[in-house]
Amino acid sequence: MARIIVITSGKGGVGKTTTAAAMAMGLAQRGHRTAVIDFDVGLRNLDLIMGCERRVVYDFVNVINGEANLNQALIRDKRCDSLYVLPASQTRDKEALTQEGVGKVLEELGKGYDYIVCDSPAGIEHGATMAMYFADDAVVVTNPEVSSVRDSDRMLGILASKSRRAETGEEPIKEHLLLTRYSPQRVERGEMLSVQDVQEILSLNLIGVIPESPAVLNASNAGIPVVLDIESSAGKAYNDMVSRYLGEDLPMRFVEAERKGIFSRFFGG
Amino acid sequence: MAVQSSPQRAGAAAAEPAFELKASSFTLPVIRLLGHDMDAVESQLAPKVDQAPGFFRNTPIVIDLGALARDADAVAFPRLVGLLRGLGMIPVGVRGGGAAQNEAARAMELAILGDHTRGARQAPPERSAEDVAVEAPPQAARGEPSVASTSMLVDRPVRSGQRLYAPGGDLTIVGPVSSGAELMADGNIHVYGALRGRVIAGLRGDTGARIFCRELHAELVSVAGHYRVSENIPADLKGRTVQVFLDHEVLRIEPIG
Repeated sequence: MARIIVITSGKGGVGKTTTAAAMAMGLAQRGHRTAVIDFDVGLRNLDLIMGCERRVVYDFVNVINGEANLNQALIRDKRCDSLYVLPASQTRDKEALTQEGVGKVLEELGKGYDYIVCDSPAGIEHGATMAMYFADDAVVVTNPEVSSVRDSDRMLGILASKSRRAETGEEPIKEHLLLTRYSPQRVERGEMLSVQDVQEILSLNLIGVIPESPAVLNASNAGIPVVLDIESSAGKAYNDMVSRYLGEDLPMRFVEAERKGIFSRFFGG
Repeated sequence: MAVQSSPQRAGAAAAEPAFELKASSFTLPVIRLLGHDMDAVESQLAPKVDQAPGFFRNTPIVIDLGALARDADAVAFPRLVGLLRGLGMIPVGVRGGGAAQNEAARAMELAILGDHTRGARQAPPERSAEDVAVEAPPQAARGEPSVASTSMLVDRPVRSGQRLYAPGGDLTIVGPVSSGAELMADGNIHVYGALRGRVIAGLRGDTGARIFCRELHAELVSVAGHYRVSENIPADLKGRTVQVFLDHEVLRIEPIG
């Protein structure tokens, strides 16, 4: 059976889809058969970030309703053979996701894949609860600011009580904290919560810190998961995150402000 | 309790909703009748009301018939309702009665409230463990099965939006309690971790209940109805290991250890 990873946050715009794309691509690049599912029915974005928006024929809701089979709906990534994308439907709403339907799709996918990455919509309503219900692991994406931290905390509460694992009394979902859009300079100026502040409030295992980087927006616009941009700080940090998820013990990078010498100030850095 | 809908609807009013229907739970005082002697009720109740007139004035109250035999002679509802109203209370409903008693209550325009099976033994307020512990993690909901202990232990963080209630006993949390979380217990509450949420000990009025925590950043602390919000907690106590208790009806927060 595949391991199901939900990428969630509660709050919108913190980097869930970017993270889902990076996680899925990272796992696939390391040789694991991986499927990534967009649960954001009605507001789908994952296809854009993955650069497969022009190849969507059938979607998740079609599969749930039995209008297409999984193999028809899954889109194979052109860059990596072991990565498949299951896009969301843009013309339906979240109610189209039924627990039974989602469960069936995940079970069928689980037979052929090592990892299933679920990209959750924002909020704590139906779409988000469907995305996390069957999860084994959760990556809670959080920006270093108070409202995002509180929403993540709320999401963690829901993960602990409204998932399949919670309801059947199994071992709880393994929760990981991912800090995104982190700017050490702004932390130093006291404008942003630090890694320690966030960890103290959420008391959670930290799986990575992704620095604020123009590479993320460029990658999204180009439809290339930022994890493939190994020159950028964000790409490196996402690669570290995937390695840590797979059990490697790596030190956190990009959490200290760089001291810019006079030289690099003049010639750019 | 009361659901009000707008009595008349103007033809074009469909665009703008005139009301919202919502469910809400309230903690109401319950008067549990132990006999049929209304004179005795009146003579014993009046001094209590005199002690705390503010508490009883215009307070909705529920009449609990659980202690009376279900088929016994009719409860003198008109007399009872009259004397409760005379003392300033607003009787709103009955519970725990038999069919005939409910019929008599209905005639007095009293609501028939849900009968908790456990309610027959003791009279908890209209707020059951089930509706409060909706988001309780499963460990918490299960409690301790082997011994009939009423205390509750939770050994993972309590997150924003979660509410935990330990009916009839203590609540112990091993881990942090986030801002926006709510802990309630009829007895004491212990938090071995940072406490950032709301804590209510002695929910049913036990003035001897206390709150203990390792690191105080609470939004609200309350013992038996006496409360303090974060703003009114002295800054030098923030982050300290403290206990909160009632001392002659004054809520005190004192460092320990």
